[in-house]
Amino acid sequence: MENLYAGLEMLARWDVVLALFVGSIGGVIIGAIPGVGPAVAIAILLPATFSLDPIVGLTMLLGIYGSSMYGGAIPAILINTPGTAVNALTSYDGYPMTQNGEGHRALSLAYSASFWGGIFGIGCLISLSPVLALIAPMFGSREIFLAALLGIILVVLAHRGQIFAAGVLAMFGIFLQTVGLDAVTYTQRYTFGYSFLSSGINLIVVVLGLFALSQAFFLLTATDTSPDAKPVQGKMMVGVKELMKHKRVATVASGFGVILGMIPGTGEFTAQFMSYTYAQKTSKDPEKFGKGSPEGLIASEAANNAVPAAAMIPLLALGIPGEALTAMMLSVFYVHNVIPGPQLFQNNIDLVYGLYFALILLNVIVMIFLLFSTNLLTKIIRVQTRFLGVMILILSFVGVYSLRNSLTDCMISAGFGVLGLILKRLNLPIVPIILGMVLGGIMEVKLRSAMPRLKTPFDMIDRPISFILFAIIVLVLALHIRTLIKEYRAHQGPEDHDLHDSQMR
Amino acid sequence: MSRVKTLQSLFKRYRRPGDIVFAWLILIFSVFMLSQVFDQTAYKDGGKLFAQPRFWPTVSLSLMTVFALFHLLGSALSERIEGRWGEVLSWLAAFEYAGWFIAYAASVPYSGYLPTTVFFAVALAVRAGYRSARMLIAAVLSSIVIVVLFKAVLKVNLPSGLIYEALPDGWRQLMLTYF
Repeated sequence: MENLYAGLEMLARWDVVLALFVGSIGGVIIGAIPGVGPAVAIAILLPATFSLDPIVGLTMLLGIYGSSMYGGAIPAILINTPGTAVNALTSYDGYPMTQNGEGHRALSLAYSASFWGGIFGIGCLISLSPVLALIAPMFGSREIFLAALLGIILVVLAHRGQIFAAGVLAMFGIFLQTVGLDAVTYTQRYTFGYSFLSSGINLIVVVLGLFALSQAFFLLTATDTSPDAKPVQGKMMVGVKELMKHKRVATVASGFGVILGMIPGTGEFTAQFMSYTYAQKTSKDPEKFGKGSPEGLIASEAANNAVPAAAMIPLLALGIPGEALTAMMLSVFYVHNVIPGPQLFQNNIDLVYGLYFALILLNVIVMIFLLFSTNLLTKIIRVQTRFLGVMILILSFVGVYSLRNSLTDCMISAGFGVLGLILKRLNLPIVPIILGMVLGGIMEVKLRSAMPRLKTPFDMIDRPISFILFAIIVLVLALHIRTLIKEYRAHQGPEDHDLHDSQMR
Repeated sequence: MSRVKTLQSLFKRYRRPGDIVFAWLILIFSVFMLSQVFDQTAYKDGGKLFAQPRFWPTVSLSLMTVFALFHLLGSALSERIEGRWGEVLSWLAAFEYAGWFIAYAASVPYSGYLPTTVFFAVALAVRAGYRSARMLIAAVLSSIVIVVLFKAVLKVNLPSGLIYEALPDGWRQLMLTYF
């Protein structure tokens, strides 16, 4: 109880409250503008938050992360263009509803489902906390190594139809983090005699290049457009009542969001598709799915909004980020010497509770904001895409240069920007590179520190948690091979080259 | 024939034009990097294999090469999508904007954050095709807001421009601190 008060006290500061408002409302706006997503915004703001208190910086970034999907539903529903990548499924049913003259009903349902998912996710996070505090200390070096390995395997396997590309990029990420001076043996790795490579390739420089600069290049080299969303009329509370009729779908979808959000490497897309499939299979009107089904819309929005809170579970408890945004947040913890992992629950439990409350508050703020300002947002999002590209390029400079005032960093980031653009245009995933860098670093450190206690390879899995993790890895691989064989034997449908149009913007 | 079809379906992937060019580039990159592993990493005698500085680069690059090989195989065996070289040209177009970005970053320490940002925002807006006064004013105002927000309010670590040294005393201090 004392810790709960301490957590609340952490939030009772003007700068934290301001960060919460800026993050949550800014996140909605960023999410609502097609072409900028939470990844771009978080990447740009990341270095700026290093000078702030951890709770202030994290609250702002969490605000952007948690609220962008609310905003992303607006263009997905009104103009069939998802504001963020994870709102793509929302447009399947949201846009047909707008075409049928039910735009405000669809938006209202999306907000309500998002709120339901968000609060459900936080509820799970809070109720799991005592269990996490118990289990987290059981994670030693070998367990964290195996969990990170599982994350890498899952991030590769989650990209169905693009597994080889995801594999290449994840391995590229692991390789990138090895470049520079090895911290233990003090030997150079892949520096080619260049002194600027001795300190390694900075994660934030890569993140800014791959997410922010690439998006600027993408927008500047593409045709100029301007999203034209029409204002909606009607009561926004109508969706809350309707959501109550579909509580089951909303809860199950949120459950999928929580479970898959907790598992590193899977995230929103898998959760959404699983909940959508569930909703369709159990619906009384399965034929309405894709043509304006409220249940489909609820399944999609509840699932993706339950993920942010759930994604904090592996991050806080084990220091393992499950996707790109939490990987970026990890660096905020490190900069302030707050190391996420088992010791966080012992030494900084007030910060953990503070973050929980911040998550609840941001959902409430966003919900209230959206109920009154949806039509205002439809005007704000009309910004022209190339102009947006110019602004992202200008803002990216702040992010890269403020790190250590290095022109070399800017050049490296620009290089990754071009790589990011190529990947985006080819519809290949960027996230495996980032997770490869972060999880690769964790794997290397943890395997090294586990070595002195290992006499035989079997010692790696002689503890309960490590054995369970190993069994999960084997199971995941076996299931994947089984699916491949089943698919191979079954009839092959026509190719859908846009299936993975899932780049993080 | 059926065997070829089977192989095709096994490696069938979701693709866009230019995929095979990327597949070749990434394979060449990974093979080159792997070929440098003995030159660019060390092996400490007596140390355990998993703790060697060479271990992770070798593992990651070997697997990267294997994946890249299969990626290329998948591309080569899939149905050709037209527009490969047009796509490559659009990749090259991005280098122009990478150049703009580097030029912007290189100018700031000399010409100051505020003037450089305003200049590049307007120049880039013109380059992007905007000619109307409304858009150019929007570019100027947005760049001023960005500078004030990051440099004056958030006090982000950005260099002061050499150009500010030429300003009169009062202005110089103000510009050096806030813009």
